[in-house]
Amino acid sequence: MKIGRSAAAGSLESSDAMVTISPGEGMTVEIESVVMKQFGPAIEAAVRQELARQGVEDALVRVQDKGALECTIRARVETAILRAGEVKA
Amino acid sequence: MIRSMLFIPGNSPAMLQNADIHRADAIILDLEDAVSPDQKDAARILVRNAVRTLGFSGCRLIIRVNPIDTPYCALDVSSVVPLKPDMIMPTKVSGPQTVKDMSHLVAQAEAACGLAEGTVGLIPLLETCEGIENAYAIAKADPRVRALFLGAEDLTSDMRAKRTKAGGEIGYSRGRIVMAARAAGVEVYDTPFTDVNDEEGILQDVALAKSLGFTGKAAISPRHVEAINRAFSPTPEEIAYAQEVLEIIEEARRMGKGAIALRGKMIDKPIVDRAKYVLEMARMLGGKPE
Repeated sequence: MKIGRSAAAGSLESSDAMVTISPGEGMTVEIESVVMKQFGPAIEAAVRQELARQGVEDALVRVQDKGALECTIRARVETAILRAGEVKA
Repeated sequence: MIRSMLFIPGNSPAMLQNADIHRADAIILDLEDAVSPDQKDAARILVRNAVRTLGFSGCRLIIRVNPIDTPYCALDVSSVVPLKPDMIMPTKVSGPQTVKDMSHLVAQAEAACGLAEGTVGLIPLLETCEGIENAYAIAKADPRVRALFLGAEDLTSDMRAKRTKAGGEIGYSRGRIVMAARAAGVEVYDTPFTDVNDEEGILQDVALAKSLGFTGKAAISPRHVEAINRAFSPTPEEIAYAQEVLEIIEEARRMGKGAIALRGKMIDKPIVDRAKYVLEMARMLGGKPE
């Protein structure tokens, strides 16, 4: 799955996350979170799992987390990928 | 037993993650009007993930999908049927053919995910003049139809009438949809009261809905759920009277009497039927908080 263009999903409201995905070489995941100390590694793991599940190998991904549940972060990553590439929802 | 239904916007994580804590008997996860066209994809995926992860086991699950003549509807249905909602709410239903077409879409989605045909019910949203006039045909259009739902905001726009708190403009529609649903043997739910700050208004509106024969009522605010649950639950006095009715009927049977009175009033079949219904409601609600 190739990321053809930049796309975003989600919002900066409480309990949500804004996920931006862009074309890149290799995989870069940047996390910014209000609960970075407690959940930063878990958020990054969920994001990477979702990217792998959608077959994305090369991308620059930025996550601005406002206390979202894991299911929300995964949904926003999937939506951003859908908007940036060819996966169907 | 569904008395209250609480609308939850499908693209709001904060509201979704707390959807089942407000004591509503059912939640309606909304993929239609609460979601802007450029966020339909995000809402569909978020709702799917939220239901799979959070479960919402404490209440019944209804998902409102986009109208069948939009490009979103088929995607909505194929995405939400695997979640096994109790019902899908088709919108802008104006005639029986829309129900049949929706049932076909749902059947295809059920087959694709291995669910038995008929697992997912339908609660058509009637919100056009044509839909109100076709209410009975809509209710009888397909065995999936388990209830009808009145949507007053779009309806009054279609009527070219002003929507008021008193609701005189939807009086005919309320009566018509209740009559159609009862004749067809399905449940029927009233439109939400939309002023979330009017504490007296919701009490009056819910009492009116109850008096007209609705099974329950929807809410757009968690603050209205308690008033709806209370109004559509049998009171202790109603339960006690129903028990008396059944006891005296049993006594009449033992004594070989064909007719009997309770507190000076003859007890006939409609009273017995109502008493049985009240006790059945009380049994189903057993211990459930208002």
